[in-house]
Amino acid sequence: MLVETMGVALSKAFQWTTVDSGTDTLEVTPLNENLLKQIIKFAVDFSSKHPQEAVFVFREPLEWETRLDYSIFEQGEGYEIRETTVQSEAKGEDGELLHSVMASTVRVYNFDQLSRFLQIAMENKLKEAQTCLEANREPIVKILGPEYGTVEGQEMSMLYLLDKLENDINPEREMKMKIFLLLRQLDLQLLHSSLKHISEDNRLNPDAINNEVNLLRKISGKGEDTVLESLDYTSDYVFSNGCRAPPWRQVHGEICYLVIKPHDTDPLYITCSAEGVFLNGGQLKGKNCIDYERKSDICEDIVTFLRERSPRFVENMAKQECNFFKEPTSEKTYKHMEVADAKVSGQSKSLCDFTEENVHEKVKSSAARRRSIDKKKLEPTISWKNTTLSASHRYFSDKAAKKDIEEEGRSGAECLKTKKTGSGISSELVKMQTALKRKTSVRFEEVSETSSETEEDEEQPVYRPERNTDLPSEYWGIQKLARFLKGGNPTATVLALCFMRHFNLAQEHCQLAIRDSGCLEVLINLLDTEEIKCQIGSLKILKEISQNTLMRHAIADLGGLEIMVKILDSPDKDLKSLAAETIANVARFKQARRTVRQHGGIKRLVGLLECSSVGSTSLKPYQAKDTEIARCGALALWSCSKGIKNKEAIRKAGGIPLLARWLKCSHANILTPVVGTLQECASEPSYRLAMRTEGMIENLVKNLSGENEELQMLCAGAIFKCAEDKETRDLVRQHGGLQPLSILLGNTENKQLLAAVTGAIWKCAISGENVSKFREYKVIEALVGLLTNQPEEVLVNVIGALGECCQEPVNRATIRKCDGIPPLVNLLTGTNQALLVNVTKAIGACAKEPENMMIIDHLDGVRLLWSLLKNPNPDVQANAAWAICPCIENAKDAGEMVRSFVGGLELVVHLLKSNNKEVLANVCAAITSIAKDEENLAVITELGVVPLLSKLANTSNNKLKRHLAEAIAQCCTWGRNRVTFGETKAVAPLVRYLKSNDPSVHRATAQALYQLSEDPNNCITMHENGAVKLLLAMVGSTDETLQEAAAGCIANIRRLALAIEKAKYG
Amino acid sequence: MSQRRLQQLADALGRSAKHFNRSEVECLIKLFDMLVAKSSGRSTAVGFDQNMFRDALHCTFGMTDDILMDRVFCIFDRDHDNCINVMEWVEGLSIFLRGTLEERIKYCFEVYDLNQDGYISREEMFQLLKNSFLKHPSEEDPNEAAKDLIDIVMKLMDYDHDGRLSFTDFEKAVRVENLLLEAFGPCLPDIKSSMAFEEKTFQETRKL
Repeated sequence: MLVETMGVALSKAFQWTTVDSGTDTLEVTPLNENLLKQIIKFAVDFSSKHPQEAVFVFREPLEWETRLDYSIFEQGEGYEIRETTVQSEAKGEDGELLHSVMASTVRVYNFDQLSRFLQIAMENKLKEAQTCLEANREPIVKILGPEYGTVEGQEMSMLYLLDKLENDINPEREMKMKIFLLLRQLDLQLLHSSLKHISEDNRLNPDAINNEVNLLRKISGKGEDTVLESLDYTSDYVFSNGCRAPPWRQVHGEICYLVIKPHDTDPLYITCSAEGVFLNGGQLKGKNCIDYERKSDICEDIVTFLRERSPRFVENMAKQECNFFKEPTSEKTYKHMEVADAKVSGQSKSLCDFTEENVHEKVKSSAARRRSIDKKKLEPTISWKNTTLSASHRYFSDKAAKKDIEEEGRSGAECLKTKKTGSGISSELVKMQTALKRKTSVRFEEVSETSSETEEDEEQPVYRPERNTDLPSEYWGIQKLARFLKGGNPTATVLALCFMRHFNLAQEHCQLAIRDSGCLEVLINLLDTEEIKCQIGSLKILKEISQNTLMRHAIADLGGLEIMVKILDSPDKDLKSLAAETIANVARFKQARRTVRQHGGIKRLVGLLECSSVGSTSLKPYQAKDTEIARCGALALWSCSKGIKNKEAIRKAGGIPLLARWLKCSHANILTPVVGTLQECASEPSYRLAMRTEGMIENLVKNLSGENEELQMLCAGAIFKCAEDKETRDLVRQHGGLQPLSILLGNTENKQLLAAVTGAIWKCAISGENVSKFREYKVIEALVGLLTNQPEEVLVNVIGALGECCQEPVNRATIRKCDGIPPLVNLLTGTNQALLVNVTKAIGACAKEPENMMIIDHLDGVRLLWSLLKNPNPDVQANAAWAICPCIENAKDAGEMVRSFVGGLELVVHLLKSNNKEVLANVCAAITSIAKDEENLAVITELGVVPLLSKLANTSNNKLKRHLAEAIAQCCTWGRNRVTFGETKAVAPLVRYLKSNDPSVHRATAQALYQLSEDPNNCITMHENGAVKLLLAMVGSTDETLQEAAAGCIANIRRLALAIEKAKYG
Repeated sequence: MSQRRLQQLADALGRSAKHFNRSEVECLIKLFDMLVAKSSGRSTAVGFDQNMFRDALHCTFGMTDDILMDRVFCIFDRDHDNCINVMEWVEGLSIFLRGTLEERIKYCFEVYDLNQDGYISREEMFQLLKNSFLKHPSEEDPNEAAKDLIDIVMKLMDYDHDGRLSFTDFEKAVRVENLLLEAFGPCLPDIKSSMAFEEKTFQETRKL
C-alpha cells in the first residue's frame, strides 16, 4: 500500500505492524533492524560514493518528527541555529534550504544532508531512520517524483523508465535515473538479505522457546504497560534434551507447555512443538494436567500466537519497542521471522486488495487475517523456489517419481514379509528365508533394468577361494559364539554380540567366520525383531564388517538394507544412528543404492538431517545425539548420492535446504559427509543452481581454510564442479576463495586434495577477473612447479588451469620464465585423452608469444602437435589444429617447417572430412595459416583443398562459417582457385553468411567475397544472390577491413556490369 | 482418597521423585490407588504385595523372569516390609521409567546382586543365566552353555580379575558398552512399553 516504490523489500521484507491508532510502525525484530542498518549504511555512504547524485534536490523533502535535540547540531559544521530552528548553510540553486529542523520536525532535501543528519544522530540513527521510513512510506516518490512510483510491477516500470529516458535526454532525468537505479540496487540487496534470513531455520527448538519466554517474561508482570500478566511453564522439570514435555509427548515433537495470562483475555494454555505454537485443551478442571489435543492453528512462535489473540499485547508490544532496541536482541529469540503482518495483505495498490483489507477491518476475523498472513509469508519463498527449479525439470522429476512408485509397488508385492522372534531361530529357517530373499533381489534387478543409471566407481565383490587350513583361533572363537546367537534368549544374544565385538572384526578371517558360521543371517534376522538391544548389538557388528566389499554384498543379498531402512523410523536414537551408518557402509554399490531408494530410504535419511540443532554453530551436550543422527544420515546420503536417481530423490525429499543448514556448522565430522554429498550431487545442474542461490559457496570457501584435509578436498571438489557456472566463479572470488585455493597448492603430498584444488583453480580461471587474482597469488608459478612428477588426475587440472591463465599475455611470459614450456611440450607425447585436450590448448595459448614459440619450435613441439591430428579423439584433434595456428604465425620459416612434416599437409586436408564442427572450424583456421605460404598453398590446392572447403559451405555454425570464409579468402590467392570455388558452388552460401548475426562472420565473408569477385562468373552469382544490397550495408560499417572488402567487392561487381553494358551497347 | 491427602502426598513426592512433575505424581498416585483397590478388593490395603506387583510388571512391561521380578520388587520395597507403599511406588518408578544412566546402573546392579553382598558372583550369574537357552542344542548340556556364557561375561566385565563383579566392574563395563546394562536379564522397561505406560497413565488416569 504505501512503499511499493522502494521496491519489494520495503513493503514486503519489512515487518510492519499496525497499532490501534492507525499509523503503521515497523516492528522491532532483528530482521528489521538488519534491514534498517543496511539502509543507513547506504544513506551515510551515499554522499561519498556518489557526490554528484548526493546534491540532487528531492522533489519533496523527507519529513519526520525527530527525537533529537536541536542543540546537537551545534557540533556539526554547516548549520545555522536560531532559537528553535536549525538550518543548513548549504543552499540549493534557487536558494532554498536543504535541511531544516523546526521545533521537532526535520526536513531533508538531498542525500548529502541526509547523510550528515544520520552521522550527527550517532547512536540514535537507527531510531531516526525508523521514524523517517514510517513517516515517508513512499521515499522514492518523494525523492524522484510520482512518475517513479506509479507504474505497476517492477520490470514494467524499468522498461517504462528506460523508454522515457530514451525519448528525451536531459541531465535531470539522467540524474534521476541514476538515483533510481541506485535505489533499486539497494532494494535488491535488502531483498537478498531478508530472504537469507527467512530461509534460515524455521522449526522451533527448546533454545528458541526458552529465549522467547525469557524475553517475554522480562516485559510481563503487573502494571499497565506490560505485554502480559504472566507467562509460566506448566512443568519445571527439564529433560536432558531441553524439553519439558514428557517423553511420550516428545515423540510428537512437543517441547513444552505454557500458561499465558494476557491482560485482556482468559488464560491461554499453549503447546510449543517443533512445528510451532498452538492452543491445547487447557488445564483440566481443578487438576494440574493438560489436555494435549490441538485446538488451534499452528503459529510459528509465541509472539505471533499472542498477537492474534490479545490486542493489548500488540499495543503494549509497540510501546516496548524502544526498550527492545536498547537491549541486545538475541538473534535466536526471533529466529522465526514473520515476513509481514496482517496489514501487509492490503499492500498491493490494486482495488480488490483494498476491499479485501476493508473486509478484514470489518469482520475482524482473526482466522481470515491469519490466512492472509500465511499467503503473504509464502510469497517470497515461492518466487525464490521458482527460480531454483525450472518447470521442465520438475516435469521430468515427476515422471521419474511415477516410475519409481510403480517399481516400488511391484517389488513390494514380491517382498516376503516374515516376522521373526529374537530367540531360537533355527538355521534351516534362516537359510530358507535367505534363499527366498535372494530370489526377491533378483526380481529387483529385472524390474529396474530399464532405468538408465550411469554410475562411476562400481565395485565388484571379490570372491576368494575357501581356505580350510591354518585358520587362526579367532575363527573358531566366533564359530563358538554362533551357538549362543542361534540358541540363546535375548540376554544371551546381547552378551554374545558384545563379546563378538571384542574380536578384531576388521580382519578378514573374522568376517569369513561370521559368514561361514551362519552368524550373518542371524545378525540380519535380529534386526527384524522388536528387541532394541539385540538390534543395536547386531548393527554394531554389521557396521564394522560392512567395511568389507564381500560382506556388503552378503548383507544386501540377505535383505539387510530393507530392514535397516525400516529401522530408521525407530524412536531409539542410537538405533537410528547405527542403522544409518551401516547403510552408509553397505550402499557403496549400485544395486544397494537402488534398494535403499526403492524402500523409501532416501526420504527417511533426509529426515534424519532434520533436527533441532540444525545449523547451530556450538552444540550443547544434549544435542550431541541429534547431531550424531544427522551425521550418520549424511554419511548414508553421501554413499547413496552416486546415482542420478538418488540425487534426484534427495532433492525431492527436501535435502538441499537441510544440507545447506548443516553446512553452516563448524564440526568437521558432520561437515565432511554433508560436503561429500553436495560434492557428489554437484554434477547435477539443479544442485549447482541451488548451491549458488542458497549461499553454500560461501561456506564451501570458508571450509577450504580449515584443518581437515578431507574436508578441504571435498570443498575444493564441490567448487571444481560448481565453477562451471560463471556466477559461481564470481562468488568464489567475492568470498575470498581464490587465496585459500592458491595456498593449498603448496600441499603436494596429498594427491587427492591436490587434484581437487587444481580442478577448482582450473574452473575458476575461466573468468578473467579470477586469473588476475591468481596472478597476484603467484598461482601460475606454483602450477608450473606441478607439471612434473604428478599423477595424471592432477596434471589434467594443472594444465587446464594453465591453459585458461594463458589467455592473458602476461601469464604466457610467466610460464616461459618459470621454464614451464619444456614439460608442457613433453606431455604432448602422452596418451591420456583428457590430458592431451588440455595440453594442446595450453600450448596453443603459449605459442601466441613469439619468444615462447622459439622454445616450442626448438623442442620440436609443432611436429608433436601435428601428429596429434591423427589422434582418434575429436577434442584432441580440434585443440591440436587450433594450437597449430599460432605456431605457424609465430615460427621462423614457418613454410619450410610445415613442408618438412612428411604427409603433414595431406593429414590436414584430410581432416576437412571430419564430422565434428569444432574440428572443421579449427582445421579451417589452420589451413588459413598454412595457405599464407604460397608454396604450401600450391601443395594443398594440389591435394584438393578447394572442393573440400566448398563442400562445407552450407553450414549453420557461426564459428565454422567464419574460419571457412577466412580459409576461402586465403586460398583464392592461388591459381584458378577462385574459379574452382565458383564451380564447386561455394559462392551462393557465402553470400548468405552476410545475413549472419555474428559480426566476425561478416568480416571474413566480405574478404572472401572480395577475393572471389575477381572472377566474373562469381560476380554474376553474387549479384543473382542479392549480395550487392547486403554488401552496401557493410560499407557503412565502422570496421575498416570489412568496409574495404565490401567496397572492393561491390566495385568488382560494378566494373563487370559496366563492361557488359559497354560490350552490349558500346 | 481424600483430596487433601492426595495434595500432601503429591507435595512430598514432588520433591523426592525428581523425574516427575506434580501432575504426573498425582496421576501415579491415582493409578496406585486404583490398582491396589482392584486387585485386593479391600479398601484398607496399603500397597502392593509381591504377587500383585509381579502381575503389574508382567502385564505392563512384559517381564517374564520370576527371579528378576522378585528382585525388582525388593528394590522398590525399600523398607523391606514386603509391601510397596505409595511413596515407594512413585520413587521406584522415577528411576524405572526415567532414571539417568548412573541411577540405572546402580539399580540394575542391585537387582542382579541377589544376596545383596555388593558383588555379583558366578553362582548368582548362573541363577540368572541358566534359563538363557530356551532351545538347547541337542548335543550339549544347557548348564554347560550357561557356564560358557558366564566365562564370556567375566572376560567382558571382570576388570579386576577377582572372579566376581563388583559395582566398580559393572559400572565400568556398562560405560564402555551400554548394552551390558541389563547383562543378566531384562529389569527395565523398553522404550516402547515405557512410553505406552506413560501415555496411558498420564493421559487416561487424569480423566478419572
